[in-house]
Amino acid sequence: MDKRTHDDTLKRLLGPAEPELLCEECFEKIDEYVELELQGAEADDRIPGMRAHLEGCPACREDYDSLRELVQSGQPNN
Amino acid sequence: MLSATPAVSLGPGMSSRLAISAAAGEPDRAWVSALRVAGPKRDEAIARLHNLLVRAARHEVSRRRAALSHVRGEELDDLALQAADDALVAVLAKLDDYRGASRFTTWAYKFALLEAGVRLRRRAWQEREVVLEPEAWPLMAGAGKSPQSQAETGELMQAVKHAIDGCLTEHQREVLVALALNGVPLDVLAERLGTTRGALYKTLHDARRKLRTDLAQRGFTLDSI
Repeated sequence: MDKRTHDDTLKRLLGPAEPELLCEECFEKIDEYVELELQGAEADDRIPGMRAHLEGCPACREDYDSLRELVQSGQPNN
Repeated sequence: MLSATPAVSLGPGMSSRLAISAAAGEPDRAWVSALRVAGPKRDEAIARLHNLLVRAARHEVSRRRAALSHVRGEELDDLALQAADDALVAVLAKLDDYRGASRFTTWAYKFALLEAGVRLRRRAWQEREVVLEPEAWPLMAGAGKSPQSQAETGELMQAVKHAIDGCLTEHQREVLVALALNGVPLDVLAERLGTTRGALYKTLHDARRKLRTDLAQRGFTLDSI
């Protein structure tokens, strides 16, 4: 019997199926992850567990979205 | 004014204390060097850094302005400045942790976004009650799905409810319900419970693992969830 479902509530309740980083590890690596993504590098291969954590943790996901948007908007002159 | 310690902590943190990678660019090394050596050069670097952190914090305010339309603009800008101040303290305190894996400015930005994001989430929930009992179960019916799919979803939801009641500790249950069902932001719940985002997410993570294990043992296929 196929009991699969894509219900969003179930996703929030059950979280990602894959191994994931925790929040401290995510914060430690989020800047590197964002830059790898923007460079077109294999960010998920280089930092395994980040993508799953961003799916499971709304707070870190918002921080990621914001950092990516900010970096994309242009780096200041160093 | 800068506070003595950063206001926001995700948890114990991970201090690597490694040298800056050879891949780091010259501007990144220049930032770190200028911020390490006392004197006018450091003061100037700190002022530049603070400006960047204010920019990042205001970026965060801008992203969330719609959800904070009831809050005056001056208060939001004050929150942004407080976030930038505390982010500056955090960046300087963690300078030895910067490894050059990203540009220095990207690394510094994340501290300001964290500080600002936490403040703004908490401000948005300032007058709201945090409910630890399920509010959203009735909304779980699979609207728009086929009868068979709805029946499967209903069966799975019953199993999830059963697992929540039977497998989790009271604390795990409250955290899972508040975060996953009632939509309470992680940082808001962490503040109300006197803990950190990291510790709370670990509780959520452990609760989810327990649910998945229980459901798998009951024969549910969860590959697509």
